[in-house]
Amino acid sequence: MSTSIFPRKFGRAEQSDEKDADVKLANVSRRGFLKGMTAVGALVIAARWTPVLAEEEQKYGGDAMPHGVVDNPDVFISIEPDGTVTLINHRGEMGQGIRTSVALVVADELGADWDQVVVKQAIAHEEVYGNQNTDGSRSMRHWFYSLRRAGAAARTMLEQAAAKHWGVPISECTAGVHLVIHTPTQRTLSFGELATAAADLPVPDRDTVTLKSPDQWRYIMREPEAYPRGENKQPLAADGMDILTGRAQYAADVSWDGMLYAVIARPPSYGAAVKSYDDSAALAVPGVVKVIEMPTATQPSGFEPMGGVAVLAENTWAAIKGRQALRIEWDNEPAGANGRYDSKAFRELLEKRSQEPGKVARSSGNIAAAKAGASDTLSVNYYAPHMAQAPMEPMAAIVRINDDSADVWTSVQNPQAARDGVAKRLGLEPEKVIVQCGLMGGGFGRKAKPDYVFEAADLSRAMGGRPVRVQWTREDDLHNGFFHTVALEHLEAYFDDQGKVSGWLHRSLSPSISSLFAPGAEHKSDFELGMGIRNMPFDIPAIQQENGEAEGHIRIGWFRSVYNLPHAFAIQSFVAELAHQAGRDHKDFLLELLGPDRKIDPRSQGDVFNYGEDPDKYPINIARYRAVIERATREAGWGKEMPANRGLGLAVHQSFASYCAVVMDVEVTDAGEVIIHRADIAFDCGPQVNPDRVASQLEGACVMGVGIAMMTEITAQDGVIQQNNFDTYLVPRINQIPKQINTYAVNNSVEHPMGGVGEPGLPPVAPALCNAIFAASGKRIRSLPVADQLKG
Amino acid sequence: MIEVTVNGKRQSLDVPADTPILWVLRDTLKLTGTRFGCGLAMCGACTVHLNGSPIRSCMTPISQAEGKQITTIEAMENDPVGQAVQEAWMDEAVAQCGYCQGGQVMSAVSLLKNNPSPSDEQIDNGMSGNICRCGTYPRIRKAIKRASRKGSAAIDESLFTEVKA
Ligand code: FES
Ligand code: FES
Repeated sequence: MSTSIFPRKFGRAEQSDEKDADVKLANVSRRGFLKGMTAVGALVIAARWTPVLAEEEQKYGGDAMPHGVVDNPDVFISIEPDGTVTLINHRGEMGQGIRTSVALVVADELGADWDQVVVKQAIAHEEVYGNQNTDGSRSMRHWFYSLRRAGAAARTMLEQAAAKHWGVPISECTAGVHLVIHTPTQRTLSFGELATAAADLPVPDRDTVTLKSPDQWRYIMREPEAYPRGENKQPLAADGMDILTGRAQYAADVSWDGMLYAVIARPPSYGAAVKSYDDSAALAVPGVVKVIEMPTATQPSGFEPMGGVAVLAENTWAAIKGRQALRIEWDNEPAGANGRYDSKAFRELLEKRSQEPGKVARSSGNIAAAKAGASDTLSVNYYAPHMAQAPMEPMAAIVRINDDSADVWTSVQNPQAARDGVAKRLGLEPEKVIVQCGLMGGGFGRKAKPDYVFEAADLSRAMGGRPVRVQWTREDDLHNGFFHTVALEHLEAYFDDQGKVSGWLHRSLSPSISSLFAPGAEHKSDFELGMGIRNMPFDIPAIQQENGEAEGHIRIGWFRSVYNLPHAFAIQSFVAELAHQAGRDHKDFLLELLGPDRKIDPRSQGDVFNYGEDPDKYPINIARYRAVIERATREAGWGKEMPANRGLGLAVHQSFASYCAVVMDVEVTDAGEVIIHRADIAFDCGPQVNPDRVASQLEGACVMGVGIAMMTEITAQDGVIQQNNFDTYLVPRINQIPKQINTYAVNNSVEHPMGGVGEPGLPPVAPALCNAIFAASGKRIRSLPVADQLKG
Repeated sequence: MIEVTVNGKRQSLDVPADTPILWVLRDTLKLTGTRFGCGLAMCGACTVHLNGSPIRSCMTPISQAEGKQITTIEAMENDPVGQAVQEAWMDEAVAQCGYCQGGQVMSAVSLLKNNPSPSDEQIDNGMSGNICRCGTYPRIRKAIKRASRKGSAAIDESLFTEVKA
């Protein structure tokens, strides 16, 4: 397939080459793609398409991302003479359903019949597709309008082609479902019949293209029942059956001729190096081909591989056994402080530091006066541990190096970073590195770091370009990850003599993700403080937020919803504690802290992050907080009489421009066992493109959040992670989740700006659960996870 | 040479006897629907049926399958209970990333073959060996109920019958 793909001037969509021979939702084939790029494709794009926005002072949303957004139909749509509509998904699919949602938006604006739509996955190529970094809950938030413009432009071209064919004014031609109708005579021409003629037309100027109004949508914002899926077989999911038959292809499901399988013994602590190793026993394992030492990256190492010793074999099992047989002596010296990192001792250090003032992040009103005049105060610390994202699919990548090019098959959230990184280390032009993306078996932030792709590239180079597939095991994932970091949140509040909160002091201490990239980063950056600290919405006369010193130790990285997790846990637990101390109903108290409905400019609170969105379009909106709180509490029957040992807990949080309130109904048995009867989740992300996938993301976030509250924890001793596999790193199983999870859409309309979906459901879950545990048992959880704190 | 039958097809395998069934399926036979999640019998992503019973193929050496029938997710389209489960999974839109779902389907099929109408508790117990990091459990519960209703005829019929690819 060529780059310029709408409308197709020739036959059927080219089937993919050997690498993805069996992928129904095939990747753009390398051969075809290159043909397009080197022949006419690039020129066509340059001539027919101008960037979305002219240079402006401040860009927001998708426009502010590297390579911005693209609305050129040539990039995303092709139509065959037989009517097949091929739509390109350029974002990473990791379970959020983006392959379906991207296609659904374009198909709807185009007027395509879903049964004639084929979805194909783009290779890494942001210069063509726009930003592909699938992270930060922003695929739809950034792309909704540009994808619609692409679909609408193609629809206009089909109408123009029909008008020309009939010799009638364009105003008499309207696109219906997969065809164009001449309204006065009711004559029709199918999209397939019009495809070739439409190919010769210029892409209309984006200002002349009319987008459909919401009442004209057939797929967008419709419940699954509305999808016209065959014999009403719904809901529609681009990869549905392939997943259930084993045909779906993830990173480790593709084999290339002559491929070697590699597993790597990585340093036990971040920064340690190989002192010496003996590979004689490893090489004696049948099937082991070669043992290769890999250099240790200098700190801070960013996305660089950790180094270690790689065992390359003819199959995965031989590589695993070969690695077991390696004798390696490690040098802990280069690891420095990381080699001595003890997460328990570090917590104690943070506890101590939390008693001293930190760097001021936000200050309003007179906090000293509020404290001095307080009639009552509460001062507590909350702690949240390290975690590993632990996507179900351990990382894997294949790289093959040709004369002046390289091929990559992997699953990554940020394909461009994989492409550019491989190009750089191999000394190739980025255009010569073809990164094809399979489905991701989960990401949660881990697969935004392409270190495993770089490992495969280094090993392939060491093998003279031979294809090498690097396979991570679960132990590798848990020992050598990019971990969610620890957090110590110190909160103090001062009540005035009316029983109102007059002052709020928050000291937040966590290592910064910046420490992965910049030496000496010991305070949170703006974006980290923008995740629930500076943009905290409460209407309190005096607010002081401080950011204590916390140096990074193990490799830290982002985990689904990132710093919102500890911030929401601490703040939402603290509000419940304050309500209890004041003898008030938690919900009433929370609404009072939020204050009257109003829109707050986040900049007025020092938040310059705002998830990259325009503060005028995306203010902090108290009415939206209120709406989700009211909905979740109403559905849960807030205020009703509860049986013994049972209680409701509430929490609310805004993140990624979406608002989420959760009510948990929990029983704590005399033995300290927690039974979660029900979760009620109200969610406002504005318009929901694919409501069923929004619901499934909320359900999944609820399950993961229950794990974060109850059991999930990574610890380190002497720089070494103490958890090995799912026997010691605990994640929720089906018998540990709420008996019932209900989700409710709030403000699901185009009148509201669109927010993110993948992450914002997670932060309120743990505090709601811990608040419910308190309501049921009188025991306050201030340190995650609950584990056996309620027992004995 | 180790002789096994995989999805109804006889295979003579020249692999070390201690090789886990998982890697024989994935690397030798290129049946990649059986997935690697932990290698420690802790997650269920690698679940296959050995002579009709669910096993964790990551911890079961191929030598234990000598002369036996291995059935994988790739054969479920030809199994009446497998079909009922797949259909129910589609109807409830269970899958998110999908990586665990082959193993979930294999566990659900054996659960339903042993107990065509499982209670909530039996579902939770029967499926608790399969981790889904995406958290699709609520829909797995619903889908098993749905398959149980829809598929009871198919389940009766296929009890003790052998699956052929
Ligand atoms: S891979 Fe076998 S149980 Fe996890
Ligand atoms: S669907 Fe992703 S792990 Fe289960």
